[in-house]
Amino acid sequence: MKTAVIVFPGSNCDRDVQIALRNATDSEPLMIWHQETEMPSIDLIVIPGGFSYGDYLRSGAMAAHSPIMREVVSRAQSGTPTLGICNGFQILTETGLLPGALMRNTSLKFACCSVFLRVENSYSAFTHHYDDEEIISMPIAHLDGSFYTDDFTLTKLIDNSLVAFRYCDASGNTSKEANPNGSLHNIAGIFNSSRNVLGMMPHPERSTDPIMGRTDGARLFDALVASF
Amino acid sequence: MANSTITAELVAEHGLDDKEAEHMIEVLGREPNITELGIFSVMWSEHCSYKSSKKWLRELPTQAPWVIHGPGENAGAIDIGDGQAIVFKIESHNHPSFIEPYQGAATGVGGILRDVFTMGARPIANLNALRFGNPENNKTRHLVSGVVSGIGGYGNCVGIPTVGGECGFHPCYDGNILVNAMSVGLVEHDRIHCARASGPGNLVIYLGAKTGRDGIHGATMASAGFDDAVDAKRPTVQVGDPFTEKLLLEACLELMATDAIVAIQDMGAAGLTSSSFEMASRGDLGIEIDLDQVPLREPGMSAYEIMLSESQERMLMVIRPDRVEDARKIFSKWELDFAVIGQVTNSGRMVIRHQNTIAADLPIKPLADSAPEYDRTWVRKETSLSTPKPATEPDIDTALNLLISCPDLSSKRWIWEQYDHTVMADTVQLPGGDAAVIRVHGTAKGIALTTDCTPRYCAANAVEGGRQAVAESWRNLTAVGAQPLAITNCLNFGNPERPETMGQFVGTIEGMTEACRILNMPVVSGNVSFYNETRGSPVHPTPTIGGVGLIESLNSMQRIAIDEAGLHLILIGSTYGHLGASLYLREIHGIEDGPPPPVNLNLEQKHGSLVRSLIHRGTVRACHDISDGGLLVAVAEMSLAGGTGVTLFLPETDIAPHAFWFGEDQGRYVLAVEDKNVEPILLTCCSENIPALQLGTSGGSHISVEESFQISLADLSYKHETWFPDFMKNTDNRSVED
Amino acid sequence: MIRQPRINHGAKRLLTESYNTVKAQIHITLKTGVLDPQGKAIESALGDLGFDGISNVRQGKLIELDLTESDYGKARALIDNLCTQLLANTVIEDFAIELDD
Repeated sequence: MKTAVIVFPGSNCDRDVQIALRNATDSEPLMIWHQETEMPSIDLIVIPGGFSYGDYLRSGAMAAHSPIMREVVSRAQSGTPTLGICNGFQILTETGLLPGALMRNTSLKFACCSVFLRVENSYSAFTHHYDDEEIISMPIAHLDGSFYTDDFTLTKLIDNSLVAFRYCDASGNTSKEANPNGSLHNIAGIFNSSRNVLGMMPHPERSTDPIMGRTDGARLFDALVASF
Repeated sequence: MANSTITAELVAEHGLDDKEAEHMIEVLGREPNITELGIFSVMWSEHCSYKSSKKWLRELPTQAPWVIHGPGENAGAIDIGDGQAIVFKIESHNHPSFIEPYQGAATGVGGILRDVFTMGARPIANLNALRFGNPENNKTRHLVSGVVSGIGGYGNCVGIPTVGGECGFHPCYDGNILVNAMSVGLVEHDRIHCARASGPGNLVIYLGAKTGRDGIHGATMASAGFDDAVDAKRPTVQVGDPFTEKLLLEACLELMATDAIVAIQDMGAAGLTSSSFEMASRGDLGIEIDLDQVPLREPGMSAYEIMLSESQERMLMVIRPDRVEDARKIFSKWELDFAVIGQVTNSGRMVIRHQNTIAADLPIKPLADSAPEYDRTWVRKETSLSTPKPATEPDIDTALNLLISCPDLSSKRWIWEQYDHTVMADTVQLPGGDAAVIRVHGTAKGIALTTDCTPRYCAANAVEGGRQAVAESWRNLTAVGAQPLAITNCLNFGNPERPETMGQFVGTIEGMTEACRILNMPVVSGNVSFYNETRGSPVHPTPTIGGVGLIESLNSMQRIAIDEAGLHLILIGSTYGHLGASLYLREIHGIEDGPPPPVNLNLEQKHGSLVRSLIHRGTVRACHDISDGGLLVAVAEMSLAGGTGVTLFLPETDIAPHAFWFGEDQGRYVLAVEDKNVEPILLTCCSENIPALQLGTSGGSHISVEESFQISLADLSYKHETWFPDFMKNTDNRSVED
Repeated sequence: MIRQPRINHGAKRLLTESYNTVKAQIHITLKTGVLDPQGKAIESALGDLGFDGISNVRQGKLIELDLTESDYGKARALIDNLCTQLLANTVIEDFAIELDD
């Protein structure tokens, strides 16, 4: 399986996801600099977390216009699995590959902690190693993670089962208390309509190693490998 | 400006006293011009020259077989085996953070990161030791909020995990908060870069952000006490740009992977002046700089302003002429400003050109060698010898509740959840334990990191306080199973021109020196911050110790959490019930008096080595050192961390119960071990003549002392966790519930 | 930036060839109905400071730039384009353009 990680100035989780992919696929991911305009045939594109362009203007806004993104959009639209994590999720919404926007956390504070997520749809290349409504745990680390969209789009996301993960408590309640950033509907991650694009605020690449005390993220990468 | 007459007032405004001014003219052989005066003033400022502290800093042990670079480089470097080295340093950014907390703290993080990656190391962790004033004081909340978001804002963006540190409160910091930032990096031995210029004809390269009129006189500002005119100094605070820092970091490391760089130094305090001066001085060479080549942010800047600007995110390097093209390619990939601004010469002089004139021409070695060094008058304060005895003592459970929720001991989750502590995916031990542990990437090794100091001990007795700060760092590293290797220090004091303050400094160095020597933990880098005083009222002496230790295999790493029932608690070390200068007296009785607990360094070494070997043998399930708040607080912290209760019994003893549970005797640890290991451990202790005492067992959901009290863990946890968020509520209220 | 943007509905005057740069100010605010945590925080802080009678605080951005386009209509169209493509996120934000000579 051939994977690629897109690197922008200010990306800072590129190396972490590179390792997670290397471990999951037993091969070396291609690190693609944002100035590139082409990429070889790729089975999975990952847009990593970080502060592309320092989060200046709006998180993800400038990266969404980097030269490589034209190619990423076209690949994603023709079905290549594409994963955006944290800043990657913000970039994907800015390109329009995913609907909505990620706004400032309602606490107005950066939030780095471990959260529980409820798997809302296990029917995708990314989530088929989880069970529906399974409760998993991953770290978050962001300032702009509050998912927002208009009512019409939100209804569409819910009706078409395009919500991938929702923040919940240890028993699976998607309560307000379990929502770390004020996201609408406790949304932590969403798919595009054909479910080959996933954007999520939590960091699966930071929960792949038993020594960190959690491995739920590894199952997402393993699921992708198993899909090929 | 170059033609301004140098008046006595102008010289005084530059912080040079009469003697120093005379000396300057002697070195130069003539009157300086204004640019030269500016250069002298920053190079001879306390901040850059360490003129009050140098004499005493020489006493600190700096050598060990594993030390690669001790003090004198941008940061210290130690060997951790396999051709790898850890590079680290701690530095203060106290004054700027008080004036503008967000930017002051942010640029503090930026500066210390540059010190580390300038050495060729990739930063892998940041820590911060923070001291604020009285929580009741309204300004304190504002400062906490700004400093914490500034540290997070910078470190999170660059993508370096902030994994630990400390945060304490005391009215002595009301007018002078302490923001001490530590950064730790990893590098292969053969990629360590130094700041020593060599090879006349090699080019001097400027890299990074453009130069503006930021922070001119920051170095002299950090060398003067605060007065009521502090607001007037506001515009001098620099603004940080973590995005540029990240680009600078990646570009430098990419270029350092080749052998293009001869020498490199970041432009920190006193900017272009001290970086160029120090590189040339270390190489015993000269340097020529053409200021017309320096990328400027504002038009019309004078030579004086360019030389003294403290704009952030800038680097100076010396590169072989044939490698400039390689450098240019890398720098333009990272979209960084880059200019050849001069060259290394063998003239031994620093020659600065600006707009077809010579703006400065100074002899380097004489200026460096003749920097002032003072043997300031000092007196030692008498230590209070008797500990006050309050008429009545509260119940043990009441005192525990109060202590666990007091500002200094309350959970600092509110702070560290604003720091990205998991980026880089190597953080093995999160904040909240004895020491943070970072995996050495791609290996089974771990690096243990901690910052420590107990300012109330230092205030009571500087020698004992200096000794204790180092010992506690050593103990915290030991408690996670690490072999302590070396320390960096940030020595925060008041005005050294006062004999009492200087006496505290001298005493602290004496205590630290002894502890470093006996515990075999040399000082490899550091920083001194004097003049932390407002209107004659200094901060407590606060020698922050940043400790680094190595865990050979993460399999033998230890945590503090008791997370299973049926474990036995064993106390290692002697308990006398020492309450002088304790947190108990301060928080429960409002008394700050008495001698601090003495540290017996030989016993410290003996007890710690035993604990470490027990951990390595795999016979320990949880371990915590005993410090602030004493034994019962330590046990409660272990219990809270793992969510499992404990039942304790008070052994037969002459010590009063409150002194037994809350005394702060040094050199002690609490171990939680399985049933089968209790006897072997007690036997080992007995044969090595180390005091060991069974305290009780784990289980249930309460902390209880037989026949005395029982506290629900949930209640205690609630108290422990809510003090900080409640304290910050007024700022947090500004966030919204939708 | 707390004030509402002044929206410049028409040309102050026709720009001619003799002016080769135009200064533009772009005001970006969150759409009505989109939660603005920063605006609310400012409002609450103003209340804490004792300023009464203040409501509907919205925080936005002000972007200033110079343009070499001298034709007013073209300049406006160009900035409109800049805004929809990059400067504003029209999912959550509105923008208003103001041109000065």
